[in-house]
Amino acid sequence: MTIVFDTLAKIAFFFVLIMGLVVVLIWMERKGAAFIQDRTGPNRASIGGVRLAGLVHPVADVFKLLFKEDITPDNRHKALYNMAPWLVMTVALSTYAVIPFGDFLTVAGRRVPLVVADLNVGLLYILAVASLATYGVVMAGWAANNKFTFLGGIRATSQMISYEISMGLALMGLVLVFSSLRLTDIVAGQGDLVLGFLPKWGVVVQPLGFILFIVAVFAETNRNPFDLPEGESEIVAGYHLEYSSMKFALFFMAEYAHMVIGASLIATFYFGGYQIPWLPRPLIEAHAGLILTLKLIGVAIAALLIAMLFFRRVQKEKGKFGDARDREPVIGAGLWALISLGALAGLALKPWAIGPVGAEMVASLFQIMAFVAKVVFFAWLFIWVRWTLPRFRYDQLMHLGWKVWLPLGLANLVVTALVMAIV
Amino acid sequence: MSFEGLPKGSGDKNRSFLESIYLWEVVRGLRVTAGHLIRNILHTDDMPTMQYPEEKRVYGDRFRGRHRLMQRDDGSAKCVACQMCSTYCPADCIEIVGAEHPDPKIEKYPLTFEIDLLRCVYCGLCEEACPCDAIRLDTGIYEIAADSREKFVVDKEFLLNNDTDGTL
Repeated sequence: MTIVFDTLAKIAFFFVLIMGLVVVLIWMERKGAAFIQDRTGPNRASIGGVRLAGLVHPVADVFKLLFKEDITPDNRHKALYNMAPWLVMTVALSTYAVIPFGDFLTVAGRRVPLVVADLNVGLLYILAVASLATYGVVMAGWAANNKFTFLGGIRATSQMISYEISMGLALMGLVLVFSSLRLTDIVAGQGDLVLGFLPKWGVVVQPLGFILFIVAVFAETNRNPFDLPEGESEIVAGYHLEYSSMKFALFFMAEYAHMVIGASLIATFYFGGYQIPWLPRPLIEAHAGLILTLKLIGVAIAALLIAMLFFRRVQKEKGKFGDARDREPVIGAGLWALISLGALAGLALKPWAIGPVGAEMVASLFQIMAFVAKVVFFAWLFIWVRWTLPRFRYDQLMHLGWKVWLPLGLANLVVTALVMAIV
Repeated sequence: MSFEGLPKGSGDKNRSFLESIYLWEVVRGLRVTAGHLIRNILHTDDMPTMQYPEEKRVYGDRFRGRHRLMQRDDGSAKCVACQMCSTYCPADCIEIVGAEHPDPKIEKYPLTFEIDLLRCVYCGLCEEACPCDAIRLDTGIYEIAADSREKFVVDKEFLLNNDTDGTL
């Protein structure tokens, strides 16, 4: 019974993480794109005059899409048309089952491994499930009975087939190094050091594999520069052209959920997952009190600095708008000052004298935070690349996939195998 | 013909090795966008974006906004219904019906003076054509809005009123 409860709790953690990140990523995408292009970006939607730098916009968008009329084409294939968005979303969420987001957590004397399902074929599961997402895209393209959606679906399929191979080949190199298909083993293996000082991350032992993998992930998530299935300059909006209201929102959210998964895969396979470099778990547990104290002081100082920035805006922009928006910097300064005070108040609980049970909790917490931080960084990389690079042409995409990435993947596999056989 | 001094083309033959493997160029591109991002985060106020309803662009005195009709001292229209403006108007948006003026010194006055603001191209030829400075485009109003097409056809009373704005 407890295992069911544990699993449900872990699923809930991932669900909240993905859905929360989706909202944050939509905000990061719009605001990041705007700042990269010297614009201010979304800043109108507000709750009681507080705009949170545009963070209210994704929420407002969701409400808008919920109440929009669901317009459907007459000659659609009804079952497939309705199934496609759910399939895309379900597949996006189910990839998460095998990704470890921490070592273990001791709850009430029980050791709970921080992974939903510790499959011994976890890597194969990811490759299998990730490619299922294409079915949703193809179904959407086919069922909508529209030339453009159909072209988008076809593009998605051929792109997925082309890059699935190099993705698999890149991962095979990793499997040779860590000699396991189990994701927890792969991540645990990345906690060691190579040559005494470098963390044994996938990117260090498999640099070429990393480049192959990250490009393949970009292609599989249909993100720029490989977002040909929805190339709006050629095929309007691609596969989700005929979808509106909440069905469109599902496709939209699934794209961001795929980004989160792509980022988690990059972090898990090539950047040590939940491992903190040079800080293995026994070390964290031994010095948990010290680390926690430093962390609290750091948070307090950082929050205080941000609060001071807001306070400067309070002074500078007094009565700038003449309405509720003038309250924003005041609320910001107050909020960050409260966080700073909270961190300082945490010091009163004597974190440096933490017990062994608490130390374990702290170690798990730090590992989860390291994982989330890596995921957020790589998700940001997706956005960053999107607003930097132009889209590939279709023949360039195929050329890269079959004539460059596939041979490179094979070469990487052979060289890795030889090195592993000699060493 | 010589092409000396021109930048090298981006054809396949002119690419260096670093450029042809593309990845280094990706990193350079990322550096450019990150530069813009960080600069704009640190100096949000320096961005060229104008927060429109709160901030408005200041136009010069010669800016041609919505029309107005000039008044005589007694408040009646200066216009003598000579039809010069409506004849000259390239968009054909001015409609004047003249009538005899009770004052013998003034020949005619406009019974109706209508401008279709949806047809108007704001070229200012009407004010140039006018022999007695009766119509001007100097209000500076450019936010003209209404909820039906009929309301965009404004009449003499509206144009004579100096207290109106862009809401029709």
